[in-house]
Amino acid sequence: MKNNNREPLLHIVKRGALPWYKAWGIRLLAIVIALVVCAIVTMTVTGENPIQVYATMIDSSFGSERKVWIFAQNTAILLGVSLAVTPAFKMKFWNIGGEGQILVGCLAAAACMICLADTVSNGLLIAISAVASIAAGAIWGGIPAFFKAKWNTNETLFTLMMNYVATQLVAFFVIIWEVPKGAGQIGIINQSTQIGWLPQVGGNKYMLNVLVILALTVLVYIYLNYSKHGYELTVVGESERTARYVGIKVEKVIIRTMLLSGAICGLVGFLLVSGTDHTLSTSLSGGRGFTAVMISWLAKFNPIIMIFASMLLAFLDKGASAISTNFGLNHSFSDILTGLILFFIIGCEFFISYKISFRKAAGKESAENV
Amino acid sequence: MMKKITALLLAMVMVFALCACSNNNDDKKDDDGNKTASDIKVGFIFLHDENSTYDLNFMNAAEAACKNLGVEYVFKKNIPEDQKCYDAAAELAEEGCNIIFADSFGHESYIIEAAKEFPDVQFCHSTGTLAHTENLSNYHNAFASIYEGRYLAGIAAGLKLNEMIANGDFTADEAKMGYVGAFTYAEVISGYTSFFLGARSVCPSVTMDVTFTGSWYDETAEKEAANTLIKNGCKLISQHADSMGAPTACETAGVPNVSYNGSTVSACPNTFIVSSRIDWTPYYEYAIKAVMNGETIDTDWTGTLKTDSVVLTDVNEKAAAAGTADAIAEAKAKLEDGSLKVFDITTFTVEGKQLDSYMADVDTDKDYTADTEVVKDGAFLESTYRSAPYFDVQIDGINLLDTNFGS
Repeated sequence: MKNNNREPLLHIVKRGALPWYKAWGIRLLAIVIALVVCAIVTMTVTGENPIQVYATMIDSSFGSERKVWIFAQNTAILLGVSLAVTPAFKMKFWNIGGEGQILVGCLAAAACMICLADTVSNGLLIAISAVASIAAGAIWGGIPAFFKAKWNTNETLFTLMMNYVATQLVAFFVIIWEVPKGAGQIGIINQSTQIGWLPQVGGNKYMLNVLVILALTVLVYIYLNYSKHGYELTVVGESERTARYVGIKVEKVIIRTMLLSGAICGLVGFLLVSGTDHTLSTSLSGGRGFTAVMISWLAKFNPIIMIFASMLLAFLDKGASAISTNFGLNHSFSDILTGLILFFIIGCEFFISYKISFRKAAGKESAENV
Repeated sequence: MMKKITALLLAMVMVFALCACSNNNDDKKDDDGNKTASDIKVGFIFLHDENSTYDLNFMNAAEAACKNLGVEYVFKKNIPEDQKCYDAAAELAEEGCNIIFADSFGHESYIIEAAKEFPDVQFCHSTGTLAHTENLSNYHNAFASIYEGRYLAGIAAGLKLNEMIANGDFTADEAKMGYVGAFTYAEVISGYTSFFLGARSVCPSVTMDVTFTGSWYDETAEKEAANTLIKNGCKLISQHADSMGAPTACETAGVPNVSYNGSTVSACPNTFIVSSRIDWTPYYEYAIKAVMNGETIDTDWTGTLKTDSVVLTDVNEKAAAAGTADAIAEAKAKLEDGSLKVFDITTFTVEGKQLDSYMADVDTDKDYTADTEVVKDGAFLESTYRSAPYFDVQIDGINLLDTNFGS
């Protein structure tokens, strides 16, 4: 009577490669379901009309020319950090130190703007700031890579700890440069003289940042897919032993890739300080170093897809604050919505890689459960 | 490859197309003549949401002022002290706000950026220091003589100490208060010094320990700071930081607390004595009315006890000493008619000497240049040369435990 060999109710089966339209169909469906679930949650918890909530979200990013530019700027910065961490992740080097690498870039740029004002010409100062920021980011990324390559230290912990060191360094210099005394903040650096500020392109504050990051996207795409370096780091990521076997110097690749990763983070820090915010504070990176990890993985290390992933996260972030403001809801509520949407988007990747077949359907494929 | 490049181009086109087709709401401009309430739209920028006692105090005032005047208003909450503040201010201006208020010190330079870009919109920044040197006709600072409120709250603290001494809880020499401050910033120094002077005006033997958390809002650090002060023998605690950390630590330890920003009596029924706070409603009403009538707003506006900008909550009779409310009322009347001055130089010493002259850093600059003589006619003239406090003198009797600036 008892059948010990009963097949379990569900089987999880690895899928072969899905055609791109199916994969994107699943992703689209996930977003639609996420929006429906969010709508239900919104209605039951707050009693607000979900259509209005979504309209508010869309308006917050696309409601006026300025809002679109702010959205473009947020997307660009997020994309820049995602591009930065991608070479490392593709090499399976867990660089969660983007936050610290951005901050030291910010610190270097701010230091140049404060200490070198009035000593060199503005163009030269901007060039020095850029080089200093990129170098600072590269060093901050290079240190854990060096230790990983030489002594195989744990890069996850190392890069994470480097974040705290960077944050405290910034906090220390904020106190040194604070204005007025004791206030614990710097305010806008060189506000009246605009020394060390990047020039505006096309009369817009954010155009230059967007253009730089777009160019960077193309460069990183080419670097990853069409350069020898890109190939080497991919091989190291797939299997270190294979890499060694084919004669790739793994240590060199690790250090080189992390120098690049950190350098791009430093560049983003430079764009933040010299390009837009013109200040220094511990919150300047704003968690982007961590969000970027998600974007990078979500886009499967493809810089072009990262554009859309960054757009989505920038949109959700802005929309979430708009909801909390316009409907008088607590900021936590918008975090709940963002969390729900991300849950579905990340969760759907499971259904792209695997399928679930039910016991009944012996031999036959059951309906896909998404 | 081709497909990828097409995708990239498409993305770019999308971004720019969106810019092109979105429309730009020009703000309604009407320079001359009066406006009615229905023409006025007011924007507010807040650092946090209502969970912060500091921001809640501003929000309540904003709502009250706008309802009293019948004007439309928009709130933007959780706006950090960076470029996002400029973005928020510019968005409000483009949405047709005639006047925009920001509540946090660190917002200042970003509001100035917006003020330069929108000369027809009035920008009012609370607690800032730069308006009088910035020379922008549409940028204004405001503060209140909160040191007077702290002084009155200090009287309540001194009377409580006297009561405990009379009860034999400790001797007069042991009368030590503790103060949890945020930063070693003039606003905080001015606050704890006036509180201390108020207490010493009724309890001459009192001393005070001050500790700093290095943050305006850090519940854990504030709680720990209060606990440390209590452990070190402080008999009464007050604070200048925005969380409930210190008041709740006092309630747990059964140590009396003089609060700030608003009453904490519901959470601390046994230890809350009184709280001082700035009521921003009078300023908001003043500035909005000025826009309605086409009048100019003061570059630096300092609210006082008389303008009802500096207020004290009801005294909690359960915790306070007998006669506290009367003593406060008496001192308040004297402060209002000018017969009593908080920073009367005969009431305190600096390194054993009377402060006959002091150059303060009134015009904010990165070298902290002391630029203005602020001692006149026997008193340190606080909030006179600009609205934000600039009293940053270390007076005798107050012991700074640490200068932990933190992050």
